[in-house]
Amino acid sequence: MIRVILPAHLRTLGRTGSEITLDVKAPTIGGVLDAIEESYPTLQGAIRDHVTLQRRPFVRYFACEQDLSHEPLDFPLPGPVVAGAEPFLIVGAIAGGSF
Amino acid sequence: MSKVRVLVGTRKGAFVLTSDGKREKWDVSGPHFAGWEIYHVKGSPADPNRLYASQSSGWFGQQIQRSKDGGATWEPMGNKFVYDGVPGTHQWYDGTPHPWEFKRVWHLEPSLSDPDKVYAGVEDAALFESTDAGQTWNELSGLRGHGTGPHWAPGAGGMCLHTIVIDPSNPQRMYVAISAAGAFRTDDAGKTWRPINHGLHSQHIPDPDAEVGHCVHRIAMHRSRPGTLFMQKHWDVMRSDNAGDSWQEVSGNLPTDFGFVIDVHAHEPETIYVVPIKSDSEHFPIDGKLSVYRSRSGGNEWERLTKGLPEKDCYVNVLRDAMAVDSLDKCGVYFGTTGGQVYASADSGDNWSPIVHDLPAVLSVEVQTLA
Repeated sequence: MIRVILPAHLRTLGRTGSEITLDVKAPTIGGVLDAIEESYPTLQGAIRDHVTLQRRPFVRYFACEQDLSHEPLDFPLPGPVVAGAEPFLIVGAIAGGSF
Repeated sequence: MSKVRVLVGTRKGAFVLTSDGKREKWDVSGPHFAGWEIYHVKGSPADPNRLYASQSSGWFGQQIQRSKDGGATWEPMGNKFVYDGVPGTHQWYDGTPHPWEFKRVWHLEPSLSDPDKVYAGVEDAALFESTDAGQTWNELSGLRGHGTGPHWAPGAGGMCLHTIVIDPSNPQRMYVAISAAGAFRTDDAGKTWRPINHGLHSQHIPDPDAEVGHCVHRIAMHRSRPGTLFMQKHWDVMRSDNAGDSWQEVSGNLPTDFGFVIDVHAHEPETIYVVPIKSDSEHFPIDGKLSVYRSRSGGNEWERLTKGLPEKDCYVNVLRDAMAVDSLDKCGVYFGTTGGQVYASADSGDNWSPIVHDLPAVLSVEVQTLA
Protein backbone atom coordinates (compact mmCIF):
# COMPACT_ATOMS: atom_id res chain seq x y z
CA MET A 1 0.00 0.00 0.00
CA ILE A 2 1.23 3.47 -0.84
CA ARG A 3 0.75 6.32 1.57
CA VAL A 4 -0.28 9.75 0.27
CA ILE A 5 -0.51 13.01 2.19
CA LEU A 6 -2.91 15.54 0.70
CA PRO A 7 -3.06 19.30 1.31
CA ALA A 8 -5.76 20.52 3.66
CA HIS A 9 -8.20 21.75 0.99
CA LEU A 10 -8.13 18.42 -0.83
CA ARG A 11 -8.69 16.51 2.41
CA THR A 12 -11.83 18.56 2.91
CA LEU A 13 -12.94 18.17 -0.68
CA GLY A 14 -12.25 14.43 -0.74
CA ARG A 15 -13.54 13.93 2.82
CA THR A 16 -10.36 12.10 3.77
CA GLY A 17 -8.12 11.99 6.79
CA SER A 18 -4.67 13.54 6.86
CA GLU A 19 -3.11 10.50 5.17
CA ILE A 20 -4.64 8.05 2.74
CA THR A 21 -3.39 4.63 1.71
CA LEU A 22 -3.88 3.32 -1.77
CA ASP A 23 -3.49 0.11 -3.68
CA VAL A 24 -1.54 1.36 -6.70
CA LYS A 25 -1.43 -0.79 -9.85
CA ALA A 26 1.66 0.85 -11.37
CA PRO A 27 4.28 2.23 -8.90
CA THR A 28 4.69 5.50 -10.79
CA ILE A 29 3.59 9.10 -10.30
CA GLY A 30 0.78 8.56 -12.79
CA GLY A 31 -0.20 5.34 -11.02
CA VAL A 32 -0.58 7.16 -7.71
CA LEU A 33 -2.66 9.93 -9.30
CA ASP A 34 -4.87 7.39 -11.09
CA ALA A 35 -5.48 5.58 -7.79
CA ILE A 36 -6.32 8.82 -5.97
CA GLU A 37 -8.82 9.86 -8.62
CA GLU A 38 -10.39 6.40 -8.72
CA SER A 39 -10.81 6.23 -4.95
CA TYR A 40 -11.80 9.87 -4.51
CA PRO A 41 -13.64 11.02 -7.67
CA THR A 42 -14.26 14.49 -6.26
CA LEU A 43 -10.52 15.11 -6.56
CA GLN A 44 -10.61 14.65 -10.33
CA GLY A 45 -9.48 17.88 -11.91
CA ALA A 46 -8.19 19.31 -8.62
CA ILE A 47 -4.65 17.93 -8.88
CA ARG A 48 -4.27 17.76 -12.65
CA ASP A 49 -6.27 18.73 -15.69
CA HIS A 50 -9.09 16.35 -16.65
CA VAL A 51 -8.08 16.15 -20.28
CA THR A 52 -4.38 16.94 -20.64
CA LEU A 53 -3.44 15.31 -17.30
CA GLN A 54 -1.04 18.21 -16.77
CA ARG A 55 -0.28 18.98 -13.13
CA ARG A 56 -2.04 22.12 -11.98
CA PRO A 57 0.53 24.93 -11.86
CA PHE A 58 0.35 25.50 -8.10
CA VAL A 59 0.47 21.83 -7.13
CA ARG A 60 3.74 20.03 -6.42
CA TYR A 61 4.75 16.41 -5.77
CA PHE A 62 7.41 15.58 -3.17
CA ALA A 63 8.77 12.26 -1.91
CA CYS A 64 11.84 11.27 0.07
CA GLU A 65 12.97 14.91 0.14
CA GLN A 66 12.95 15.06 -3.65
CA ASP A 67 10.85 17.35 -5.85
CA LEU A 68 9.09 15.08 -8.36
CA SER A 69 6.82 17.81 -9.72
CA HIS A 70 8.45 17.95 -13.12
CA GLU A 71 8.93 14.25 -13.65
CA PRO A 72 6.83 12.42 -16.26
CA LEU A 73 3.77 10.41 -15.26
CA ASP A 74 5.63 7.14 -15.82
CA PHE A 75 8.44 8.14 -13.46
CA PRO A 76 8.97 5.32 -10.94
CA LEU A 77 8.21 6.09 -7.32
CA PRO A 78 11.18 5.93 -4.91
CA GLY A 79 11.65 2.57 -3.22
CA PRO A 80 10.67 3.76 0.29
CA VAL A 81 7.37 5.12 -1.09
CA VAL A 82 6.64 1.83 -2.84
CA ALA A 83 7.46 -0.01 0.39
CA GLY A 84 5.13 2.24 2.39
CA ALA A 85 7.95 3.56 4.56
CA GLU A 86 7.69 7.10 3.20
CA PRO A 87 4.62 9.01 1.96
CA PHE A 88 4.05 10.60 -1.42
CA LEU A 89 3.25 14.24 -0.70
CA ILE A 90 0.92 16.42 -2.77
CA VAL A 91 1.58 20.00 -1.77
CA GLY A 92 -0.01 23.34 -2.59
CA ALA A 93 2.79 25.67 -3.69
CA ILE A 94 3.50 28.42 -1.20
CA ALA A 95 2.98 30.98 -3.96
CA GLY A 96 -0.38 29.68 -5.06
CA GLY A 97 -3.92 30.78 -4.48
CA SER A 98 -4.98 34.34 -3.88
CA PHE A 99 -4.93 36.89 -1.13
CA MET B 1 -44.32 34.50 7.58
CA SER B 2 -41.98 35.20 4.72
CA LYS B 3 -38.26 34.68 5.08
CA VAL B 4 -35.27 35.99 3.24
CA ARG B 5 -32.11 34.04 2.50
CA VAL B 6 -29.07 35.98 1.26
CA LEU B 7 -26.38 33.93 -0.47
CA VAL B 8 -22.96 35.56 -0.29
CA GLY B 9 -19.87 34.45 -2.20
CA THR B 10 -16.53 35.76 -0.95
CA ARG B 11 -12.81 35.38 -1.56
CA LYS B 12 -12.60 32.89 1.27
CA GLY B 13 -15.89 31.03 1.41
CA ALA B 14 -19.66 31.25 1.16
CA PHE B 15 -22.05 32.61 3.76
CA VAL B 16 -25.79 32.19 4.11
CA LEU B 17 -27.63 35.02 5.87
CA THR B 18 -31.25 34.47 6.90
CA SER B 19 -33.93 36.66 8.40
CA ASP B 20 -37.66 36.85 8.75
CA GLY B 21 -39.67 39.25 6.64
CA LYS B 22 -38.85 42.18 8.88
CA ARG B 23 -35.21 41.89 7.84
CA GLU B 24 -33.94 43.29 11.12
CA LYS B 25 -32.24 40.33 12.81
CA TRP B 26 -30.01 38.02 10.84
CA ASP B 27 -28.51 34.58 11.35
CA VAL B 28 -25.15 34.03 9.69
CA SER B 29 -24.07 30.58 8.53
CA GLY B 30 -20.56 29.96 7.22
CA PRO B 31 -17.96 29.98 6.01
CA HIS B 32 -18.95 27.16 3.71
CA PHE B 33 -15.99 25.92 1.63
CA ALA B 34 -13.66 27.88 3.89
CA GLY B 35 -10.56 29.20 2.18
CA TRP B 36 -11.91 28.79 -1.36
CA GLU B 37 -13.03 31.59 -3.66
CA ILE B 38 -16.78 31.45 -4.10
CA TYR B 39 -17.59 33.45 -7.18
CA HIS B 40 -21.32 32.81 -7.08
CA VAL B 41 -24.09 31.03 -5.18
CA LYS B 42 -27.62 30.96 -6.54
CA GLY B 43 -30.86 29.13 -5.80
CA SER B 44 -33.28 27.53 -8.22
CA PRO B 45 -36.50 29.51 -8.71
CA ALA B 46 -38.26 26.16 -9.18
CA ASP B 47 -36.97 24.69 -5.89
CA PRO B 48 -35.61 27.28 -3.46
CA ASN B 49 -33.79 24.68 -1.40
CA ARG B 50 -31.74 23.69 -4.44
CA LEU B 51 -28.62 25.84 -4.44
CA TYR B 52 -25.59 25.82 -6.71
CA ALA B 53 -22.19 27.27 -5.80
CA SER B 54 -19.08 27.94 -7.84
CA GLN B 55 -16.00 27.12 -5.76
CA SER B 56 -12.50 27.70 -7.08
CA SER B 57 -8.93 28.19 -6.02
CA GLY B 58 -5.65 29.14 -7.58
CA TRP B 59 -4.23 25.84 -6.39
CA PHE B 60 -6.94 23.30 -7.07
CA GLY B 61 -9.13 24.74 -9.80
CA GLN B 62 -12.87 24.64 -10.20
CA GLN B 63 -15.49 22.79 -8.18
CA ILE B 64 -19.27 22.94 -8.39
CA GLN B 65 -21.24 22.35 -5.20
CA ARG B 66 -24.94 21.59 -4.89
CA SER B 67 -27.22 21.80 -1.88
CA LYS B 68 -30.67 20.25 -1.61
CA ASP B 69 -31.48 21.76 1.78
CA GLY B 70 -31.01 25.47 1.39
CA GLY B 71 -27.30 25.46 2.13
CA ALA B 72 -27.22 23.34 5.28
CA THR B 73 -25.30 20.56 3.51
CA TRP B 74 -23.49 20.43 0.19
CA GLU B 75 -22.11 17.84 -2.19
CA PRO B 76 -19.47 18.26 -4.90
CA MET B 77 -20.77 17.84 -8.43
CA GLY B 78 -19.01 17.61 -11.80
CA ASN B 79 -16.18 19.99 -12.58
CA LYS B 80 -15.25 18.90 -16.09
CA PHE B 81 -15.64 21.98 -18.29
CA VAL B 82 -14.25 21.12 -21.71
CA TYR B 83 -14.73 23.43 -24.68
CA ASP B 84 -16.53 21.94 -27.63
CA GLY B 85 -14.18 21.11 -30.49
CA VAL B 86 -10.94 22.97 -31.14
CA PRO B 87 -11.02 25.94 -28.76
CA GLY B 88 -9.34 28.41 -31.13
CA THR B 89 -8.09 31.81 -30.08
CA HIS B 90 -9.36 35.12 -28.76
CA GLN B 91 -7.44 38.37 -28.43
CA TRP B 92 -4.96 38.74 -25.60
CA TYR B 93 -4.59 42.05 -23.72
CA ASP B 94 -2.24 43.35 -26.42
CA GLY B 95 -4.44 42.26 -29.31
CA THR B 96 -2.44 39.16 -30.23
CA PRO B 97 -4.17 35.78 -30.60
CA HIS B 98 -4.34 33.71 -27.41
CA PRO B 99 -5.76 30.20 -27.00
CA TRP B 100 -9.01 29.71 -25.09
CA GLU B 101 -8.22 28.26 -21.63
CA PHE B 102 -10.77 27.38 -18.96
CA LYS B 103 -10.09 29.13 -15.67
CA ARG B 104 -13.21 29.29 -13.51
CA VAL B 105 -16.98 29.60 -13.33
CA TRP B 106 -18.07 33.17 -12.66
CA HIS B 107 -21.83 32.79 -12.66
CA LEU B 108 -24.38 30.00 -12.21
CA GLU B 109 -27.91 30.62 -13.47
CA PRO B 110 -30.47 27.95 -12.62
CA SER B 111 -33.37 27.38 -15.01
CA LEU B 112 -36.58 29.16 -14.09
CA SER B 113 -38.56 25.91 -14.25
CA ASP B 114 -36.26 22.89 -13.82
CA PRO B 115 -34.16 22.54 -10.65
CA ASP B 116 -31.79 20.11 -12.40
CA LYS B 117 -30.99 22.51 -15.22
CA VAL B 118 -28.37 25.19 -14.68
CA TYR B 119 -26.16 27.37 -16.87
CA ALA B 120 -22.57 28.30 -16.09
CA GLY B 121 -20.78 31.36 -17.40
CA VAL B 122 -17.05 30.74 -17.42
CA GLU B 123 -13.64 32.33 -17.99
CA ASP B 124 -12.31 32.14 -20.72
CA ALA B 125 -15.72 33.20 -21.91
CA ALA B 126 -18.16 30.46 -22.78
CA LEU B 127 -21.57 29.21 -21.73
CA PHE B 128 -22.07 25.71 -20.38
CA GLU B 129 -25.28 23.88 -19.55
CA SER B 130 -26.04 21.02 -17.16
CA THR B 131 -29.32 19.13 -17.25
CA ASP B 132 -28.42 16.70 -14.47
CA ALA B 133 -28.06 19.06 -11.53
CA GLY B 134 -24.42 19.88 -12.19
CA GLN B 135 -23.01 16.41 -12.65
CA THR B 136 -22.04 16.90 -16.30
CA TRP B 137 -21.53 20.05 -18.36
CA ASN B 138 -21.79 20.69 -22.08
CA GLU B 139 -20.79 23.86 -23.86
CA LEU B 140 -23.42 25.80 -25.80
CA SER B 141 -20.76 26.45 -28.37
CA GLY B 142 -22.90 28.46 -30.75
CA LEU B 143 -22.03 31.48 -28.63
CA ARG B 144 -18.26 31.16 -28.71
CA GLY B 145 -18.26 29.93 -32.26
CA HIS B 146 -20.75 32.30 -33.87
CA GLY B 147 -17.98 34.30 -35.56
CA THR B 148 -16.83 37.22 -33.41
CA GLY B 149 -15.01 35.11 -30.80
CA PRO B 150 -11.51 35.76 -32.22
CA HIS B 151 -12.10 39.49 -31.52
CA TRP B 152 -13.08 39.12 -27.86
CA ALA B 153 -10.49 40.29 -25.32
CA PRO B 154 -10.12 40.07 -21.55
CA GLY B 155 -11.14 42.88 -19.25
CA ALA B 156 -9.11 43.58 -16.13
CA GLY B 157 -10.78 40.65 -14.35
CA GLY B 158 -10.15 38.23 -17.18
CA MET B 159 -12.26 37.25 -20.18
CA CYS B 160 -15.33 36.16 -18.32
CA LEU B 161 -18.94 35.40 -19.12
CA HIS B 162 -20.42 36.88 -15.97
CA THR B 163 -24.08 37.61 -16.69
CA ILE B 164 -26.84 35.22 -17.75
CA VAL B 165 -30.39 36.54 -17.97
CA ILE B 166 -33.25 34.20 -18.90
CA ASP B 167 -36.41 35.67 -20.42
CA PRO B 168 -39.30 34.49 -18.21
CA SER B 169 -41.81 34.98 -21.02
CA ASN B 170 -39.90 33.13 -23.71
CA PRO B 171 -37.86 30.04 -22.81
CA GLN B 172 -36.06 30.26 -26.15
CA ARG B 173 -34.58 33.68 -25.34
CA MET B 174 -31.58 34.31 -23.12
CA TYR B 175 -28.98 37.07 -22.78
CA VAL B 176 -25.35 36.85 -21.71
CA ALA B 177 -22.65 39.44 -21.19
CA ILE B 178 -18.90 39.07 -21.53
CA SER B 179 -16.00 41.30 -20.50
CA ALA B 180 -14.75 42.50 -22.84
CA ALA B 181 -16.87 41.41 -25.76
CA GLY B 182 -20.33 42.75 -25.04
CA ALA B 183 -23.87 41.46 -24.83
CA PHE B 184 -25.30 38.57 -26.82
CA ARG B 185 -28.78 37.11 -27.32
CA THR B 186 -30.13 33.75 -28.32
CA ASP B 187 -33.68 33.21 -29.57
CA ASP B 188 -33.40 29.45 -29.94
CA ALA B 189 -32.46 28.27 -26.43
CA GLY B 190 -28.74 28.72 -26.91
CA LYS B 191 -28.13 27.12 -30.29
CA THR B 192 -27.33 30.35 -32.12
CA TRP B 193 -26.32 33.77 -30.85
CA ARG B 194 -25.80 37.27 -32.10
CA PRO B 195 -24.14 40.35 -30.64
CA ILE B 196 -26.55 43.01 -29.36
CA ASN B 197 -24.26 45.98 -28.87
CA HIS B 198 -25.67 48.63 -31.19
CA GLY B 199 -25.53 51.97 -29.40
CA LEU B 200 -22.66 51.07 -27.08
CA HIS B 201 -19.66 53.38 -27.33
CA SER B 202 -16.32 52.31 -25.83
CA GLN B 203 -13.12 54.28 -26.19
CA HIS B 204 -10.82 51.43 -25.18
CA ILE B 205 -11.26 49.74 -28.56
CA PRO B 206 -10.00 50.98 -31.94
CA ASP B 207 -13.54 51.44 -33.29
CA PRO B 208 -15.59 52.76 -30.35
CA ASP B 209 -18.82 51.58 -32.00
CA ALA B 210 -17.59 48.12 -32.99
CA GLU B 211 -19.92 45.13 -33.05
CA VAL B 212 -17.96 43.48 -30.20
CA GLY B 213 -15.21 44.48 -27.78
CA HIS B 214 -17.35 46.35 -25.25
CA CYS B 215 -16.74 45.78 -21.55
CA VAL B 216 -20.25 45.16 -20.29
CA HIS B 217 -20.25 44.78 -16.51
CA ARG B 218 -23.81 43.74 -15.78
CA ILE B 219 -27.30 43.46 -17.30
CA ALA B 220 -30.56 43.48 -15.33
CA MET B 221 -34.17 42.84 -16.31
CA HIS B 222 -37.54 43.10 -14.60
CA ARG B 223 -39.50 39.92 -15.17
CA SER B 224 -42.67 41.81 -16.08
CA ARG B 225 -40.88 43.63 -18.94
CA PRO B 226 -38.44 41.16 -20.44
CA GLY B 227 -37.84 43.32 -23.49
CA THR B 228 -36.38 46.11 -21.39
CA LEU B 229 -32.79 45.66 -20.29
CA PHE B 230 -30.59 47.85 -18.11
CA MET B 231 -26.81 47.73 -18.42
CA GLN B 232 -23.89 48.97 -16.37
CA LYS B 233 -21.10 49.14 -18.91
CA HIS B 234 -17.46 49.82 -17.97
CA TRP B 235 -18.40 53.47 -18.36
CA ASP B 236 -22.04 54.41 -19.10
CA VAL B 237 -25.38 53.19 -17.80
CA MET B 238 -27.53 52.05 -20.73
CA ARG B 239 -31.04 50.79 -21.42
CA SER B 240 -32.68 48.93 -24.25
CA ASP B 241 -36.41 48.68 -24.89
CA ASN B 242 -36.16 46.25 -27.79
CA ALA B 243 -34.45 43.22 -26.24
CA GLY B 244 -31.00 44.60 -26.85
CA ASP B 245 -31.38 45.46 -30.52
CA SER B 246 -30.31 49.01 -29.65
CA TRP B 247 -29.16 50.82 -26.51
CA GLN B 248 -29.45 54.38 -25.23
CA GLU B 249 -27.37 55.97 -22.51
CA VAL B 250 -29.28 56.84 -19.32
CA SER B 251 -26.37 57.93 -17.11
CA GLY B 252 -28.03 61.34 -16.69
CA ASN B 253 -26.94 63.15 -13.54
CA LEU B 254 -24.81 60.36 -12.05
CA PRO B 255 -21.57 61.77 -10.59
CA THR B 256 -19.66 59.07 -12.44
CA ASP B 257 -21.12 56.46 -14.73
CA PHE B 258 -18.40 53.90 -14.07
CA GLY B 259 -19.51 50.98 -11.92
CA PHE B 260 -20.20 47.29 -11.82
CA VAL B 261 -23.65 46.48 -10.42
CA ILE B 262 -27.12 47.34 -11.66
CA ASP B 263 -30.46 45.94 -10.54
CA VAL B 264 -34.20 46.55 -10.85
CA HIS B 265 -36.75 47.00 -8.05
CA ALA B 266 -38.88 43.87 -7.61
CA HIS B 267 -42.22 45.66 -8.07
CA GLU B 268 -41.37 48.81 -10.01
CA PRO B 269 -39.87 48.01 -13.41
CA GLU B 270 -38.67 51.57 -13.95
CA THR B 271 -36.88 51.81 -10.60
CA ILE B 272 -33.23 50.87 -10.94
CA TYR B 273 -30.14 50.95 -8.75
CA VAL B 274 -26.43 51.44 -9.38
CA VAL B 275 -23.39 52.04 -7.19
CA PRO B 276 -21.16 54.60 -8.93
CA ILE B 277 -17.44 53.94 -8.67
CA LYS B 278 -14.97 56.75 -9.26
CA SER B 279 -13.20 55.44 -12.36
CA ASP B 280 -11.64 52.45 -14.05
CA SER B 281 -8.33 53.27 -12.39
CA GLU B 282 -9.75 54.12 -8.95
CA HIS B 283 -12.17 51.39 -7.96
CA PHE B 284 -13.80 53.07 -4.96
CA PRO B 285 -16.59 55.57 -4.30
CA ILE B 286 -16.04 59.25 -5.00
CA ASP B 287 -14.60 61.12 -1.99
CA GLY B 288 -14.82 57.99 0.18
CA LYS B 289 -18.62 58.25 0.37
CA LEU B 290 -20.40 54.98 -0.39
CA SER B 291 -23.68 55.76 -2.13
CA VAL B 292 -26.36 53.88 -3.98
CA TYR B 293 -28.09 55.82 -6.73
CA ARG B 294 -31.73 55.12 -7.55
CA SER B 295 -33.67 56.16 -10.60
CA ARG B 296 -37.45 55.91 -10.52
CA SER B 297 -37.69 56.86 -14.17
CA GLY B 298 -35.70 54.06 -15.75
CA GLY B 299 -32.56 56.16 -15.85
CA ASN B 300 -31.39 59.72 -16.57
CA GLU B 301 -32.73 61.14 -13.29
CA TRP B 302 -30.92 59.72 -10.29
CA GLU B 303 -31.17 60.32 -6.54
CA ARG B 304 -28.36 59.64 -4.11
CA LEU B 305 -29.17 57.22 -1.26
CA THR B 306 -26.88 57.53 1.76
CA LYS B 307 -28.81 56.88 4.97
CA GLY B 308 -26.87 54.25 6.89
CA LEU B 309 -24.01 54.04 4.41
CA PRO B 310 -20.48 55.23 5.25
CA GLU B 311 -20.09 58.90 4.42
CA LYS B 312 -16.35 59.18 4.82
CA ASP B 313 -13.15 57.17 4.43
CA CYS B 314 -14.84 54.37 2.52
CA TYR B 315 -12.68 52.97 -0.28
CA VAL B 316 -14.32 49.65 -1.12
CA ASN B 317 -15.63 48.37 -4.43
CA VAL B 318 -18.93 46.68 -5.24
CA LEU B 319 -18.33 43.93 -7.78
CA ARG B 320 -20.63 43.05 -10.66
CA ASP B 321 -22.52 40.12 -9.11
CA ALA B 322 -22.81 41.71 -5.67
CA MET B 323 -26.26 43.35 -5.75
CA ALA B 324 -29.68 41.73 -5.52
CA VAL B 325 -33.27 42.46 -4.53
CA ASP B 326 -35.90 40.49 -2.63
CA SER B 327 -39.57 40.44 -3.60
CA LEU B 328 -41.12 41.40 -0.28
CA ASP B 329 -43.24 44.50 0.07
CA LYS B 330 -41.35 46.80 0.55
CA CYS B 331 -38.66 45.60 -1.77
CA GLY B 332 -35.37 44.77 -0.09
CA VAL B 333 -32.11 45.76 -1.77
CA TYR B 334 -28.76 44.20 -0.89
CA PHE B 335 -25.15 44.67 -1.91
CA GLY B 336 -21.75 43.44 -0.77
CA THR B 337 -18.39 45.16 -0.81
CA THR B 338 -14.77 44.21 -1.22
CA GLY B 339 -14.39 45.34 2.40
CA GLY B 340 -16.56 42.46 3.56
CA GLN B 341 -19.74 44.31 4.38
CA VAL B 342 -23.18 43.25 3.17
CA TYR B 343 -25.60 46.17 3.33
CA ALA B 344 -29.36 45.75 3.27
CA SER B 345 -32.26 48.11 2.82
CA ALA B 346 -35.75 46.89 3.74
CA ASP B 347 -37.42 49.95 2.23
CA SER B 348 -36.34 50.10 -1.40
CA GLY B 349 -33.10 51.90 -0.64
CA ASP B 350 -34.25 54.73 1.63
CA ASN B 351 -32.39 53.36 4.67
CA TRP B 352 -29.45 51.00 4.85
CA SER B 353 -27.72 48.95 7.53
CA PRO B 354 -25.00 46.33 7.43
CA ILE B 355 -26.02 42.71 7.97
CA VAL B 356 -22.37 41.75 8.44
CA HIS B 357 -19.26 43.93 8.72
CA ASP B 358 -16.22 41.76 8.41
CA LEU B 359 -16.53 39.01 5.85
CA PRO B 360 -13.79 38.39 3.30
CA ALA B 361 -14.11 40.48 0.13
CA VAL B 362 -17.58 39.91 -1.29
CA LEU B 363 -17.76 38.60 -4.84
CA SER B 364 -21.48 37.97 -5.18
CA VAL B 365 -24.81 38.49 -3.45
CA GLU B 366 -28.06 36.73 -4.32
CA VAL B 367 -31.35 36.83 -2.46
CA GLN B 368 -34.14 34.31 -2.11
CA THR B 369 -37.58 35.31 -0.86
CA LEU B 370 -39.06 32.28 0.86
CA ALA B 371 -42.70 31.64 1.73
